[in-house]
Amino acid sequence: MAPKFHGVDFYAIDSLLSEEERAVRDTVRTWVDEQLIPVIGDAYIEGRFPKQLIPGMAELGLFGANLPEEYGCAGLNNVAYGLIMQELERGDSGVRSFASVQGALVMYPIYAFGSDEQKKRWLPEMATGRAIGCFGLTEPDYGSNPAGMITVARETKDGWVLNGAKMWITNGSTAHVAVVWAKTGAQNDPASIRGFLVPTDTKGFSAKDQKGKLSLRASDTSELVLQDVHLPKEALLPKSGGLKSPLMCLTQARYGISWGALGAAMACYDEAVSYAKNRVMFNKPIGGFQLQQARLAEMLTEITKAQLLVLQLGRLKDQGTMTPQQVSLAKRNNVSMATDIARETRRLLGANGILAEYQAMRHLANLESVYTYEGTHDVHTLVLGQEITGISAFE
Amino acid sequence: MRIAVCIKRVADSETRVKVAGDGRSLDDAGVKFILNPYDEFAVEEALQRKEKAGAGEVAVLALGGPAAQETIRTALAMGADRGILLQTDAVPADGFVTAQAIAQELKAGGPWDLVLFGKLAIDDYNAQVGPMVAELLDLPCVTAVSHLTIEGSAVTAEREIEGAVEVVQCSLPAVLTTDKGVNEPRYPALKGIMAAKKKPLEVKPVTLGGGSIEVLEMAPPPARKDGKIVGEGAAAVPELVRLLREEAKVL
Amino acid sequence: MSTVLAVCEQRDGALRKVSAEVVTGARRIADGLGAEVEAIVLGAGPASGAESLGGFGADRVVTLTADAFATYAPEGFAAAVAERARGGAVAVVCAASAQGKDLAPRVAAKLGTALAAEVTDVSVDGGALIAIRPVYAGKALLRVKLTGTPAVLSLRPNVFTPVQRPKAGAAQTVAVAASAGRVRVTATKAAEAGALDVAEAPIVISGGRGLKEPANFKILEELAHAFGGRAAVGASRAVVDAGWRPHADQVGQTGKTVSPTLYVAVGISGAIQHLAGMRTSKVIVAINKDKDAPIFKVADYGVVGDLFEIVPALTAAVKSHA
Repeated sequence: MAPKFHGVDFYAIDSLLSEEERAVRDTVRTWVDEQLIPVIGDAYIEGRFPKQLIPGMAELGLFGANLPEEYGCAGLNNVAYGLIMQELERGDSGVRSFASVQGALVMYPIYAFGSDEQKKRWLPEMATGRAIGCFGLTEPDYGSNPAGMITVARETKDGWVLNGAKMWITNGSTAHVAVVWAKTGAQNDPASIRGFLVPTDTKGFSAKDQKGKLSLRASDTSELVLQDVHLPKEALLPKSGGLKSPLMCLTQARYGISWGALGAAMACYDEAVSYAKNRVMFNKPIGGFQLQQARLAEMLTEITKAQLLVLQLGRLKDQGTMTPQQVSLAKRNNVSMATDIARETRRLLGANGILAEYQAMRHLANLESVYTYEGTHDVHTLVLGQEITGISAFE
Repeated sequence: MRIAVCIKRVADSETRVKVAGDGRSLDDAGVKFILNPYDEFAVEEALQRKEKAGAGEVAVLALGGPAAQETIRTALAMGADRGILLQTDAVPADGFVTAQAIAQELKAGGPWDLVLFGKLAIDDYNAQVGPMVAELLDLPCVTAVSHLTIEGSAVTAEREIEGAVEVVQCSLPAVLTTDKGVNEPRYPALKGIMAAKKKPLEVKPVTLGGGSIEVLEMAPPPARKDGKIVGEGAAAVPELVRLLREEAKVL
Repeated sequence: MSTVLAVCEQRDGALRKVSAEVVTGARRIADGLGAEVEAIVLGAGPASGAESLGGFGADRVVTLTADAFATYAPEGFAAAVAERARGGAVAVVCAASAQGKDLAPRVAAKLGTALAAEVTDVSVDGGALIAIRPVYAGKALLRVKLTGTPAVLSLRPNVFTPVQRPKAGAAQTVAVAASAGRVRVTATKAAEAGALDVAEAPIVISGGRGLKEPANFKILEELAHAFGGRAAVGASRAVVDAGWRPHADQVGQTGKTVSPTLYVAVGISGAIQHLAGMRTSKVIVAINKDKDAPIFKVADYGVVGDLFEIVPALTAAVKSHA
């Protein structure tokens, strides 16, 4: 078996975690070592999501882990949830994306905005992995500006008719249910955006995988097309309303991603250290040369900072005081530093670093997507700029 | 079915071993402690046997310091029903002392249908507490079980010996020590981790006897010497074999 | 005079090799304590080879016979050994073989004393019995004093090289009344061929591209076979990718990480990905025709030359010493 991952903990951050948080982290860490790592290289090269892992992930309780036990979820606090994302993405960003979408972008909106029937119908099924969900917000022409979406939902006498298209939808082609955001009013009225639960076998709904991806290859990314999709009244998420609703979901997901990126950075750093100690050139391990030591010192510093950042963010979330802007800071920082670490690891590994048997280049490619999705790095920069100055620089 | 599983908190096998200031024990700064891997098989076996029987309880027992409660909770997270910590400052070097304390507790909490141990602990490699407890409880015992069938109270176990497999039989109640291959331990599920907090865990301080093994010193093994080219071609083989036999002592 | 009991092993009527090691260890203890060595063998009848134990230092060799001892009987053996020990033994020495690891703890518990298990060295210092045993997967050695009477020890196999120390070795056979006990060995099955996993085998023989073609792995399988069921055949990534060997046998970065007692790398250059999978092996032997191959930097012992000559010669040498 490949060597076990031991994490990175230069500042004894483990001592700031509760026993349960450590136990949660350790069980996912072991699962990733034993079940995910052995299959991810091939899955990534072949461009497929390793869906044989879904039952194992469900049994462990990874889906909607921070949602309440009454719906079959683990009822964990948010630090534990973050640690799960950290360990999953230490394995692969695409697999972590699957869990993020399932938990934060589908189970969460059903939990937050759904009726009791919807919650009972979908949450336990999704917790067990028997039903897979996807989140339809982004459109071909509306990414950073979701307010401009053109997918519409028109009320009819017995329900709704949806028309439009969504793009870059993780899990789209394998989902049983799609949470689709559509405008119920005028094109220039984002306040009319509502959420709808669309069973993917509904007539008029189709999903097709996007081909030719060079990033997140072990993940299904799809286009959704809705052509006169008729839905009953009960398909509406009753408590959804306005752009705020999907953005709340994104805040959940972005929180998880802040931890996830840290996991990818740790995986790369771990690989860099191991290689630097073992690879001999000019009669000594390359870890003994100044330029490589500078790389490693930089990596460890950034990881340590990022760990303290997300830990405090998690505590704030558990206290109920976390703001979306605080999440923007963490997502922006952690993903950015992770892409740097992945790149520097790739370089430290030399020629070996371009091979799939080393993780760095896979993480490097994946993290480019993570840099862009869930609010691009630049968008989060402007979120912070607006928060600091009170002035919007978006337009 | 009443099943007791005896477990141990041990240093992870990939630990960098540094000797503590007393020159006799492990410096545990920065060391990761885990449930002894062979004990995972024992816990899993207990859970499966209880599930098959449809009713019963699985009690987990450990001897160790306060931190061993975490290890017990790992077993509770896997699905065990309750835990007992025999709390002591130092785990004895003398396995018989450990066995006496465990046997006393098991006697008080018995009778048991099945008592399970891992075949050895990966820190001390003593591989003895299980069969010693069996002696003290006067129960039949099979060690290093890599395959197990239980029908009613008839136990059929397989254990690896040099170049072969021994098939051993006895009846319940019995003590078994588990080896790799007997089952595939489940991961502690996240719900299990949360539930473990609420399960009963009794902490009982114990005073142990001195025993008859005294640790004088713990030291790293001699450093790996630089390798050497023994010779060329088939002519070098006799010297190679001699070195492997007499110097390296692996033949 | 007090006695050091050397508990020997027989299988199918023949003494097992490890018995000479046990007697050697017992002799060393006895010399330090001024005691005699009594080698005991348990079986349904006499074991062939028992008379040789005198040559390794046994003052007497006692074969305890009972019908119940036809196969290993844990409870019956433990009772008989403990009973024998109660007759004045200061130490009881077993092998840490499969049987010994099962038997020694039972004997120690019956005698109400400690067991020093898997001992790699033993000495007597000022009348005190001192043993060395590896802990933490061999990353540290523990030096312990055994203060119990008797002291019970099990010796790690292949460590106590048998030393010829001829003693009287007077042999006797004693029939004992014994029942097998509640734990019965009802069958012995041969281990499946190839059942040994590279990650678990104490000896791993790995082959790389130097083997030239898949059929040539046969010479490694023959070498593995010469080690009598303790060796597995591993492979480098190159030959697994080429389809010559299954992925389960691959040692290295994307294969398995192994840490056997003996790792023999045949026709493997020693790419860093391979080294990552085996560098913690206790003893590494490299066989390669290229004297500059990186594997030689990591190996304890290297042989430069044609593996097609060296490996068969090694196989023959191992077989003749078995």
